[in-house]
Amino acid sequence: MGSKSTTAGKAAAADRQRESAEPGRLAIVCAISWLFPGLGHILLGRWQKGIVFLVALPLMFAVGLLLQGRLFPLDLSDPLVFLGGLANRGIGAPYFVARFMDAGIGDVTKVAYESGNTFLMTAGLLNFLVILDALDIAMGRK
Amino acid sequence: MSHFGLMVLYAFFVSLTFAVLLRDTLREQLKTGGMMLGAFIVVAYVFGWLMYPFPL
Repeated sequence: MGSKSTTAGKAAAADRQRESAEPGRLAIVCAISWLFPGLGHILLGRWQKGIVFLVALPLMFAVGLLLQGRLFPLDLSDPLVFLGGLANRGIGAPYFVARFMDAGIGDVTKVAYESGNTFLMTAGLLNFLVILDALDIAMGRK
Repeated sequence: MSHFGLMVLYAFFVSLTFAVLLRDTLREQLKTGGMMLGAFIVVAYVFGWLMYPFPL
């Protein structure tokens, strides 16, 4: 009986969320999730997940910067550099902070340069998944 | 830090994020994250040894 009422409660909560899934609100959730990884989850009441993302993803990005990785430009003449640039920007605010501090210039002579690039790009790509998860929650799919 | 250490650190961050994304309870997250991290390390080790006789 307890599990039935829990299931009914979850379904009701999902219904309420679905009803409040206005496009404007969804766009705000996505924008907040992009700018501050995990903050969208926190605003949607998923505290535990949000705090993990809020700590882990910027930390991964910071490790990439410490390893002398490079933040790539959005250069359409080189598709791979362009894609790298897109991935870098996926992390949101930490990217702009790094640019403001002139970090992420990249030093190709450093032994961990490629590892640094991998950390920087992966942090951004993982945040894209986090944004999609927040969107699913906001739409009542999860 | 060694390349192996960097790989373990990378695997840790990726496993943590996927485990938290895919599972809802702490117990399930720890189990999934641990298995993913272990798989990362084992596969890297196996591929490392497979590449040993065939250096680039």
